[in-house]
Amino acid sequence: MAKKPESNNLRHLKLDWTDRTIRGFTYVFVTLFAVACIIPFWLIIASSFADEASIRRTGFALWPAVVSLRSYNLILNNPDLLIGSYIVTIAMTVIGTIIGLFVVSMTGYALQRKDFQLRNRISFFIYFTSLFTAGLVPFYYVMVKMYGLKDNYLAVLLPLLMNPWLIILMKNFVKAIPHEITESGKIDGAGDFTIFYKLILPSMTPALATIGLFIALGYWNEWYFSSLFLTTIVKYRPLQYHLYNIVNTVASLKNSIAASNIVVQDLPSETLKMATAVLATGPIIFAYPFVQKYFVAGLTVGAVKG
Amino acid sequence: MSLQRVLIRKKRTIQDPFSSQVKKTSLWKNTVRSKTLLFMCLPAIIFFIAFSYIPMPFSYIAFTKFNYIKGIFGSPFVGFKNFAFLFTSGQLTLLLRNTILFNLAFILLGNFFQITFAILLNEVQSRRFKKLTQSMMFLPYFISAVLVSLLVYNLINYDYGFISALVRSAGGTMPKLYSQASAWPFIIVAVNLWQTTGYGTIIYFAAITSIDESMIEAATVDGANGFQRIRYIMLPSLKPTVIILLLFAMGGIIRGNFGLFYNLVGNNSVLFKTTDIIETYVYRALMNNFNFSQGSAVGLFQSVVGFGIVLIANTVVRRIEPDYALF
Repeated sequence: MAKKPESNNLRHLKLDWTDRTIRGFTYVFVTLFAVACIIPFWLIIASSFADEASIRRTGFALWPAVVSLRSYNLILNNPDLLIGSYIVTIAMTVIGTIIGLFVVSMTGYALQRKDFQLRNRISFFIYFTSLFTAGLVPFYYVMVKMYGLKDNYLAVLLPLLMNPWLIILMKNFVKAIPHEITESGKIDGAGDFTIFYKLILPSMTPALATIGLFIALGYWNEWYFSSLFLTTIVKYRPLQYHLYNIVNTVASLKNSIAASNIVVQDLPSETLKMATAVLATGPIIFAYPFVQKYFVAGLTVGAVKG
Repeated sequence: MSLQRVLIRKKRTIQDPFSSQVKKTSLWKNTVRSKTLLFMCLPAIIFFIAFSYIPMPFSYIAFTKFNYIKGIFGSPFVGFKNFAFLFTSGQLTLLLRNTILFNLAFILLGNFFQITFAILLNEVQSRRFKKLTQSMMFLPYFISAVLVSLLVYNLINYDYGFISALVRSAGGTMPKLYSQASAWPFIIVAVNLWQTTGYGTIIYFAAITSIDESMIEAATVDGANGFQRIRYIMLPSLKPTVIILLLFAMGGIIRGNFGLFYNLVGNNSVLFKTTDIIETYVYRALMNNFNFSQGSAVGLFQSVVGFGIVLIANTVVRRIEPDYALF
């Protein structure tokens, strides 16, 4: 992608009072909003390290009145469910992202080849599914009755593989690759798939990173298809659905720490929820600073004159 | 989603020099010759057939008194009875009202904040400050709706919430928000703005940085001050983008963000009056009440009307700016 300008702020121009006013407002508002965006995260972390009794007395605070690791101890002493959830989520994210990325990039490449006359029809065929949908009930019926995917991890893995928007985005990324690459492959007698696999794929790592991360984020944050298709007989649920159950049902909360011998009133329920949230979401927050630029690239592709 | 689509479409206008060299052959011959390309599209085609097209005819459920045991075609056909019930009971009106009003608030306030912050960020001199605040603002976009609901609970629940504690220590009384329906439109709109402002800001910021710098320079030389530069150069330059994005957002006006609403409200029926949208109703009809017929009727109504609205929005866009039209 072309290098884009940092901003239009024209350092060399002379400032008058209007510029200074705007700049003053800018720093105040932007700082306030940026802080508001991360305070809730901080609150969760701080509360997860707080003592349950102090929370019941004074509520969640920016700094725990009494520090306690009891929730983490309880969870990590019986880590079976959490580890299982991690394995399910990581496996789905890896498998789904590899397959999805391969299919999306292959389709994206084929659909932007100008010498492929079916391309507009196929593009519309794919795109139409985002304009008109059958709705949830028929989808559910087909998944359960026709495909028999109830309580099957495939019911979560498959629908998240791709969507029309990702294919369009990929098509647009591939367009930026010079057509000469395809031409040179053809002259050397390579088939279309070989050209794609040997020549195109290696030259589009930024696009693969961006689209791969969008797919991976979908798997990591998945709870929706799990809530539809995975009932209680599935022991190990994807992480965010595991968190969903802990937040919403006392029974899951007890299960999560194998606390059959503790009465509900004695459970540190508030801090347990927060600690589970930290453990289930931690990796994505840590990865965030390193991956966010690829998401920005995905959002702005086509928006900046290149 | 439509945001990005619009921006992506922009690129279509750039002519590929190669396209003019392609000889027109018959579709059949071309397809045979490029069968590898067709095979490469096949997995995606099968995917969309399996998960999008095959469910479509099953919308027939909406016209039956559905019985799960007997299956779709064993269930008695009742015509438009399910739709009639939804209309006469007032249920559909309520759902439509909530869905549309929430979307209007999201679209109008959302764009206002996104444009404002994009313009403000553009004024920031320090690169490090800009990078840092942008990252902070973009973070909420990355987390699941489950975590969002926990963050909100952490802030406003009556017993232990952070804000509740602040209100109490200031001597005020905290309302029991989780049983007060009138408060939730504000809460949900605030949460939505919190989650999407950073994300939308990035798109508008990109549009601002692509404004021709010499235009701003020339205006400044002619004596335009900071306010005038924003009023007469930045806002007019953003206008086409804003109009197109708004129109496409309007196209999705009867589609709701299920994850946000369901995680915040869940099965708390006290709040339904002001928070129930089409998606949450359909989900509950399916998963809690097993009322396939009504869930499917509401879903089909939404799909058909929603499709009509998209067509209208697209026609308007094509009139204004043909390059941006989706089809």
